[in-house]
Amino acid sequence: MTESGALKVAMPKGRIYKQASKLFREAGLPIPEDFDDSRRLIIPVPEANMEFIMAKPVDVPTYVEYGVADIGIVGKDVLMEENKDVYELLDLAIAKCRMSVIGLPGWKPVIHPRVATKYPNVASQYFRERGQQVEVIKLNGSIELAPLIGLADRIVDMVETGQTLKENGLVEMETLFSVTSRLIANRVSYRLKNGAIQELCDRLGRKIAAVQG
Amino acid sequence: MRFTRNGVIAVSKPKVFEKPTGVKDYLPHAVAKLRRIERDVLECMRRWGYEQILTPTLEYYDTVGVASATSDQKLFKLLNHRGTTIVLRSEMTSPIARVVSSLLKDQPLPLRLSYHANVFRAFEEEAGRDAEFFQTGVELVGEPSPEADAEVIALAIASLRAAGVPSFKVAVGHVGFLNGLFQEALPGRTEEQESLKSFLLQRDHVGYRDALRRLTLDDSVREELEGILRLRGGEEVCRQALRLGSSEDAKSAIRQLCEVWDVLAAYGVQEHVLIDLTMIGDFSYYTGITFEGYASHLGFPVCSGGRYDNLLSQFGRPAPATGFALKTTRILEVAESEADEEGGRTLIVYAHDQRREALVEAERLRAEGLQVVTEALDPASPEWAALRARAARVETFAHRGREYDSLLVYGIGEGERA
Repeated sequence: MTESGALKVAMPKGRIYKQASKLFREAGLPIPEDFDDSRRLIIPVPEANMEFIMAKPVDVPTYVEYGVADIGIVGKDVLMEENKDVYELLDLAIAKCRMSVIGLPGWKPVIHPRVATKYPNVASQYFRERGQQVEVIKLNGSIELAPLIGLADRIVDMVETGQTLKENGLVEMETLFSVTSRLIANRVSYRLKNGAIQELCDRLGRKIAAVQG
Repeated sequence: MRFTRNGVIAVSKPKVFEKPTGVKDYLPHAVAKLRRIERDVLECMRRWGYEQILTPTLEYYDTVGVASATSDQKLFKLLNHRGTTIVLRSEMTSPIARVVSSLLKDQPLPLRLSYHANVFRAFEEEAGRDAEFFQTGVELVGEPSPEADAEVIALAIASLRAAGVPSFKVAVGHVGFLNGLFQEALPGRTEEQESLKSFLLQRDHVGYRDALRRLTLDDSVREELEGILRLRGGEEVCRQALRLGSSEDAKSAIRQLCEVWDVLAAYGVQEHVLIDLTMIGDFSYYTGITFEGYASHLGFPVCSGGRYDNLLSQFGRPAPATGFALKTTRILEVAESEADEEGGRTLIVYAHDQRREALVEAERLRAEGLQVVTEALDPASPEWAALRARAARVETFAHRGREYDSLLVYGIGEGERA
């Protein structure tokens, strides 16, 4: 949290990183496309006066909340689930998908509804606000399996193209909200590194506006 | 607590060393540092004319609990033997408002009060979730002027310095600015105003801009409302803000802010101050200037405060008021100076035949301000011989795991003293 020095950026490893680094480059920031050694966790990017902290996406808001990273890039899905006290500065309009309720075709209400998901907070809140009582089951992967083998009658999960659902004979029933990646900032960094963060926001914002027309 | 085979947390009898979640023990070195900070900060406040008060840990939910700015689910509640709901104090401002309106109701205003206290929060969801932590702060009751706002901000800066926080900034804003601007842009559309404010309160700028886009607004107004997200910086921000809209409330808020800025310049503390009109305190609690302090190398604010002109009326003595609290437990992490050099730690060992002489000498040294530990020892023991040999040398040494700077040995043979 020094007032000068490199901006510490919590970057999600994997799929989102590629798209985010592309956006950064298009906005004129010299960021490498990929790193040869993917096992490195802290990567200095002196050309852009930044330091990347390569994190599991779901952990990005935690690093930023505690201020070990000044800013971070993370999906709205994670922000909704984790509910951390951070600034949500910019919609990066990348990694577009949606959070949906999914089930087998011809789903009918059951006596003891069960919903499997990687997002138990999001799912609980959604059904609670609609006055529906459901048992939320937290799973860590292969959520589509749950309705196929009878663990749950529905799931709440992210849908990008719908291809995986189709292949497993599942249908999207309702959309909770659409999801894109967001630029987030720590409460203190947002003030003490105001200049650098605002400049980054402006650059990215102009690029995003140009793409969206 | 233990984990059963299916991963469910089972509540069982706690192990003897366990304590409830969110509370901490402070060991001697941490306490020494905490006391040093507490002493220096309270001394700083005393020099500004603030008198320290103590209030009880327990308060009624229906009075102090309801009046406090802490959200209901974060209050620690319990029932007393009559079934009345009691809260553990969650902050010190409401208890002080209660005292100012009752015990001190005949004292003329303004009142300047300071405190250092432990406060309690249940189910804290923010990072660093302490259920009990220390706050050191002041309340200035009965002064509505920008001078008073500036005094409290300048004192917050002096207190952070006294605490030993090496590098910090205080961001100052005003709730009246956004209230005025929204009122002008969305006259009578209270629900829409509330929704915009709640996005800002949650620090969700993306949601705020999306909400603006969905509202029916003139493009120029929309641009203006989007533009407030950039109103952060120095004095120039005030000038930019004066050009926004024509709401008299917003303009009067900015004029107050400009005046506070000028007073802070006279205090000579401007280098520590940022103007930030995006800084949103709790709209239902704060009524004017609000501020928050940030230290380098710490991800959380180290102090917060502002003007709360409506609180005192809830206790029957309407009066304007402003104040702040340092988050002392967090400052402990970043404060530079360590605990005071103790020094002068003396060990006196004695044989029974010289007990009186040894204890009289111990008392004399204690009266001089030294730390003295006494120990009766058998002159026949090997330790006695080792300490006797040591007594001739002048250097720090350890005895039973503690460090000492000097040693006196009383026993057998006259004058066997180091």
